Amino acid sequence: MRTVLQQADLERALTRIAHEILEANRGADDLVLLGIPTRGVALAERLARIVSRIAGVDVPAGALDVTMYRDDLGRNPVRATHPTEVPGDGIDGRVVVLVDDVLYSGRTIRAALDALADLGRARAVRLAVLVDRGHREFPIRADYVGKNLPSSTRERINVHLAEVDGDDAVTIEGGDE
Amino acid sequence: MRHLLSTRDLSRDDAIALLDVAEDMAAVQEREVKKLPTLRGRTVVNLFFEDSTRTRISFEAAAKRLSADVINFSAKGSSVSKGESLKDTAQTLQAMGADGVVIRHPSSGAPFTLATSGWIDAGVVNAGDGTHEHPTQALLDAFTMRRRLHGAASRGRDLDGVRVVVVGDILHSRVARSNVWLLETLGAEVTLVAPPTLVPVDVSGWPAVIEYDLDRALAAGPDVVMMLRIQAERMQGAFFPNSREYARTWGLDDHRFAQLPETTMVMHPGPMNRGLEIAARAADSMQSTVREQVANGVSVRMAALYLLLSGERGETP
Repeated sequence: MRTVLQQADLERALTRIAHEILEANRGADDLVLLGIPTRGVALAERLARIVSRIAGVDVPAGALDVTMYRDDLGRNPVRATHPTEVPGDGIDGRVVVLVDDVLYSGRTIRAALDALADLGRARAVRLAVLVDRGHREFPIRADYVGKNLPSSTRERINVHLAEVDGDDAVTIEGGDE
Repeated sequence: MRHLLSTRDLSRDDAIALLDVAEDMAAVQEREVKKLPTLRGRTVVNLFFEDSTRTRISFEAAAKRLSADVINFSAKGSSVSKGESLKDTAQTLQAMGADGVVIRHPSSGAPFTLATSGWIDAGVVNAGDGTHEHPTQALLDAFTMRRRLHGAASRGRDLDGVRVVVVGDILHSRVARSNVWLLETLGAEVTLVAPPTLVPVDVSGWPAVIEYDLDRALAAGPDVVMMLRIQAERMQGAFFPNSREYARTWGLDDHRFAQLPETTMVMHPGPMNRGLEIAARAADSMQSTVREQVANGVSVRMAALYLLLSGERGETP
């Protein structure tokens, strides 16, 4: 097992993403950050705090559960669902930044786009991820990436966040055997 | 979960997991777009050998909101009235590719037979069998209690220490049976109140206190009072002198309702016999959960169908 990002690296990556979000959006107007459970929600809350601090206005964060929109439900054991929490008055006309920990096949994000469409009509949808490990199966790419981590499909990427796991770290394991 | 046949064999963790999924389903019911694509391409058959408009439309709404195709099969006017056996009906549904069967049947145990006979691969949901069980009703009752008590903080919680009084025809009530087992699993304390003629012969194995005096049960200030319907269609014997005497002795009338603490929930599985087991003032009060129970029924049934039908098939039961 190898550590790819330590706590300080993770903080720096999120701070940079926060600046990039504000730059691309020309400020914090209409921004809503929606995390995909489980770890995306914690990341969205952290990003929202950093963006709010830099911009000096409150940027809301929430959660978007995509379980019931997945295309692989019938191929796996039943998955537990998670709450969806959309802050304030919904997503109509807002710029939604989806936040997830690892971008891999892109299937989760495809499901997230469907789930989002059922909640309303966002003015724009962006994607922020902590780690992009490649191997996409859909024409999806992230707008903001903490770290590009070219990986083998045999490797496993573990994202640890203090809110969920007690510590902050991104590690990679396997792939050698 | 492969089938949902009774609450007696439902573990605490499974019950809470189902109620938690129901919370997420309830959130969907508050959106503008109330439909989910989750069970697209799956077929759910509502197989009703007994009349029940409310339960059937609740299951129908639940299946449709999960994008399943719904086929309604009622015994009246079907080949069942021409003498077709449950086995032949099941094999017909199997040939039609049913993924889930929601069954209501006048014989206790019919859903169990359907699920275990090997006639059919579909997941089976018991929507009421004879005087045995009606698990989704008990689950929606528990869901309603949990929401009233804990609101937005309901997820993951049980009903530890909640005192529930169930009043009425315990003998014929599958709702009472399912509630007794589920409430016990979730940590609630159950008291059953009924005329002696409407208490089953042997309730020694039931995790509940039996009481014959309604006023004494209500004097303890329970958290929940659940009034059961007097089922005229099952009253072939003389179980009580007449309906006025029943209302006076075992009904939640205006006077008894006025004595209850304002925090006591008044529940009824519907349809209500107003003026018999429940007075209009109690049924229409803020303490009444009757309409919430109907709305929550759809969410709980969506959760049950999701847990039974969304995963890969062939899991161990």
